[in-house]
Amino acid sequence: MDKTIDNLDEAVSGIPDGAVLMIGGFGGSGAPIELIHALIDRYRATGSPKDLTVVNNNAGTGKIGISAMIDAGMVRKIICSYPRTKDHESFASKYLSGELELELVPQGTLSERIRAAGAGIPAFFTPTSYGTDLAEGKQIQEFDGKPYVMERWLKADFAFVKAELGDPHGNLTYRLAARNFNPIMCMAADTAIAQVSRAVPLGGINPVDVITPGIFVSGIVEVPDPQQEEDLIRAGEVY
Amino acid sequence: MNWQKLTNAQIAWRAAQDIEDGAYVNLGIGFPEMVAKYPPEGRDVIYHSENGILGFGEAPPEGEEDWDLINAGKKAVTLNPGASIFHHTDSFAMVRGGHLDVAILGAYQVAQNGDLANWRIGTSGIPAVGGAMDLVHGAGRVAVVTDHTTKDGKPKLVERCSFPLTGVGCVTRVYTSLAVVDIEDGHFVLREKIPDISMDNLQSLTGAPLHLDGAVLDLITPELT
Repeated sequence: MDKTIDNLDEAVSGIPDGAVLMIGGFGGSGAPIELIHALIDRYRATGSPKDLTVVNNNAGTGKIGISAMIDAGMVRKIICSYPRTKDHESFASKYLSGELELELVPQGTLSERIRAAGAGIPAFFTPTSYGTDLAEGKQIQEFDGKPYVMERWLKADFAFVKAELGDPHGNLTYRLAARNFNPIMCMAADTAIAQVSRAVPLGGINPVDVITPGIFVSGIVEVPDPQQEEDLIRAGEVY
Repeated sequence: MNWQKLTNAQIAWRAAQDIEDGAYVNLGIGFPEMVAKYPPEGRDVIYHSENGILGFGEAPPEGEEDWDLINAGKKAVTLNPGASIFHHTDSFAMVRGGHLDVAILGAYQVAQNGDLANWRIGTSGIPAVGGAMDLVHGAGRVAVVTDHTTKDGKPKLVERCSFPLTGVGCVTRVYTSLAVVDIEDGHFVLREKIPDISMDNLQSLTGAPLHLDGAVLDLITPELT
């Protein structure tokens, strides 16, 4: 078994129009910038994939990454908890003009919906959002005298994540707090593709150090010395 | 007006005095983060960040940031000895599962029944909720730090929130620029007030009755700006 993909172009080649794409990371930490930019390259060259639904904690910052996807015109809908980052012009202009749909989800509910999808649990009850606008239209049920809101799992066709080490079986480790949404997104997507800063041979990761077991991962592509989203934003880069 | 309201730093200092030794604490983004500057000497407090860190410390010196190590406000942080890192769902299990001792949040409005409004003011513009609706559930106590009134002098402690709710009946204590107020059985209970303000003046700046339950202590803090 070898899940290694030779290059970024090949890694993003299978994503069709209309796909639900989870993109890992929180802010710049754990954001798979090179995979995102390779997907934008493909869209610019071929017009596909378009009408994507992107799942991320945010809705892009600056003019790179998810913002650049929005600017390119390949995103139809964003599912996220916090679209109002410090430079969210790309999202704001298309959202306010009605070209981009938003599904706003509390952050813990977002992560649990993703986890539930990966764990085969179609719905669950949470206290979060009870009594608020975000619970409107949702089923409410009392357990032990307290009200809870029913939330559905959130599945994806594809996930892009950034990991530190990856081996041919798809086992992954993450650097510092770059873990965030990445392990659960690998679980929830039919096809999870990880860009890894270093590809190592089998045995190159101590089994007790594996964070995402390879069973959740379909492909790894090595991107040595990856760019850091925060550096690109601070430098005012435009992709 | 012949009283001096507390600065944000003084409100944060007062809130910090109530954090127990060994507490696991989440501080909301922005003003509540200031609370971390003022834990009383000798108290060991472990701070939680929604993106998967327990035990983060101060910001690194400028130029030494590692952008893979940020807090929920996307600011670079460092790790204290004993810190741990985990994924997002474990992080919110700590929140909703009742494992945090204290959450300290900001507010647009707090109602006398403990309802909190802190995520949006109206229904126009771009909504953004982040972890606010999760944080109000599960922590041992949910406290608010806030100015006592809005910039144009309207009460932020109200009978009923007019802004969209973040959570229902979740706040148990409010640290304001004028007072410390508990929420008990659907009432505001005044615990402390700055010495220079009269009861009448404080009540006139509060949108619901302040109840008394025993002595009202003087709210005195160090000079902090």
